[in-house]
Amino acid sequence: MDSIVLPADVRARTSDPAAAARRSEAFAGWRLAGPAVALLALLILLPTIAVVALSLTDFELGYDEIRFVGLDNYLELLGDRTFLISLGNTLTYTLVVTPLSVALGLGAALLIEAEVRGRALFRTIYFLPVVSLLVAMATVWQYLLHPTIGPVNALLRLIGISGPNWLGGSDTVLLSLAFIGVWQAVGFNMVLFLAGLTAIPRELYAAAEVDRAATAWDRFWLVTWPMLGPTTLFVVTISVINAVKVFETVSTITQGGPNRASEVLLWTIYQEGFVYLRVGYASAMTVVFLAILMVLMVLQYRALDQRVHYT
Amino acid sequence: MTPQAWPLIRALRLAILSVGALVFLAPYVWMLSTAMKPREEIFSSSLALIPERWAVVENFSKAFMRVPMLQLLMNGVIVCTIILVVQVLVALPCAYALAKLRFPGARALIAAIMLGLLVPIHATALPIYVALSGAGVLNTYFALAAPFMISVFAIFLFLQFFRAMPDDLINAARLDGMSELGIVLRIIVPNAWPAVTAFSIFSVVAHWNDLFWPQIVVTETAMAPPPLGLIFFRAAEAGDDYGALMAATVVVTVPLLAAFLLAQRRFIEGITLTGLKG
Repeated sequence: MDSIVLPADVRARTSDPAAAARRSEAFAGWRLAGPAVALLALLILLPTIAVVALSLTDFELGYDEIRFVGLDNYLELLGDRTFLISLGNTLTYTLVVTPLSVALGLGAALLIEAEVRGRALFRTIYFLPVVSLLVAMATVWQYLLHPTIGPVNALLRLIGISGPNWLGGSDTVLLSLAFIGVWQAVGFNMVLFLAGLTAIPRELYAAAEVDRAATAWDRFWLVTWPMLGPTTLFVVTISVINAVKVFETVSTITQGGPNRASEVLLWTIYQEGFVYLRVGYASAMTVVFLAILMVLMVLQYRALDQRVHYT
Repeated sequence: MTPQAWPLIRALRLAILSVGALVFLAPYVWMLSTAMKPREEIFSSSLALIPERWAVVENFSKAFMRVPMLQLLMNGVIVCTIILVVQVLVALPCAYALAKLRFPGARALIAAIMLGLLVPIHATALPIYVALSGAGVLNTYFALAAPFMISVFAIFLFLQFFRAMPDDLINAARLDGMSELGIVLRIIVPNAWPAVTAFSIFSVVAHWNDLFWPQIVVTETAMAPPPLGLIFFRAAEAGDDYGALMAATVVVTVPLLAAFLLAQRRFIEGITLTGLKG
């Protein structure tokens, strides 16, 4: 008789503490995550929503009036020469910096990996620009590339070439900035590739040698390159994203000049939003910028899913 | 693959690496050299690295006199410290809760964090600036640190670290009657040092070098961190006193470079581990 009543009774007694424990765990969870949740909402989610909302208004800092203008800002962007030049320059910069910094980073990693002597020293030297204050190093490069007193043109004069005004001429400024960008990014990419290289099992090289890859060149294409797939994709994505975000060197050296030849996306947004205080219009630019980043990340995820898993 | 077998290839490899190393080192060498040269030698555009007349004192004293250089460095240290301390204090408990506790909304929170990883400061800068400007707190340490007080990246990193941590440790502590906060302080934090160190290096390097945000919220030299201070210095000097300018660049570049050279392995680990942030 009792045995029929008992189970419910037991369940009631044990489930109470269990439910209490779950409740207290949930409570502890929310208390520990609380500050992060609040700050995440306040500093990332809300501002992101706000920037999209502001892009639909004509808000200017210092004026009280704010009017909903729909997509007018975006339409204005389509005809804004500065913005279009800025987009084009950012694209050019990215298309120069990404392949060069990835290829040189990979090259440096392969050479360093193969070389026993001085490995740590070379790695340190190539990595220096990554931890150096970019504004400071941009200033140094500006001096190095100075048309009259700069050592680069002084060297060129030694071999009878009169060097151009690297950072002052509208034909060369973007390439010069791209060169600085490559110099700054190679070490970072190199270290990522070095990590990728050490993860490749040695036996694969031995097997390749036995198989048919006699030369180092063959082994690279048969083993190293495919095995580095995920690393390469990762490095390319980071390089593209960092290149799209170019700002420091432009702000330090050229301020978008001469004649808008080095006008890049973040610099244009900075000028429009924080100097001219046209918040609504600059928000529309920001949304475009954010959309570009999102597309790049989605492309990376897609590629990661589809192609690069060899292991 | 065997280096002894190919002396020629090896020589070529070393040659390429050395030439590359020279290109990478050149700016540092010229920075130091120019910081020691007097004006007339800089403008003679000679390629000599050792100055004929040493102007070290002259250049560095200019750098320290015309901008409050120590103040700039101090600003950098204060802002980086505030940012780092708050980031870690906020992220550690949150990551622990997400990794080891079950609570409603945890999944949504993780999704929000992954989304947050996609949003750089450049995207949120305008609304945050409008808010800070409206509150009248531009040109303060608070304004400099505010947008970085949450690092979704730190949460993400710590979360992965904690997931790999054994539950037994935590359960044992619970049986001993330790509260969840006590567990975070006495079990999690001491065990999380490798992740915290890596993140700290990443965070300090990023914020010590950042120009974008300081340039937005700070207009007074007294509040500027080193990169912005350097920009102000250039503006004040009309940018052509290269000796003093290079002296200033040496002063602002050296702290982080010295730290890097002292703890290279940790730096490289920290920056690459966290490379994903970009």
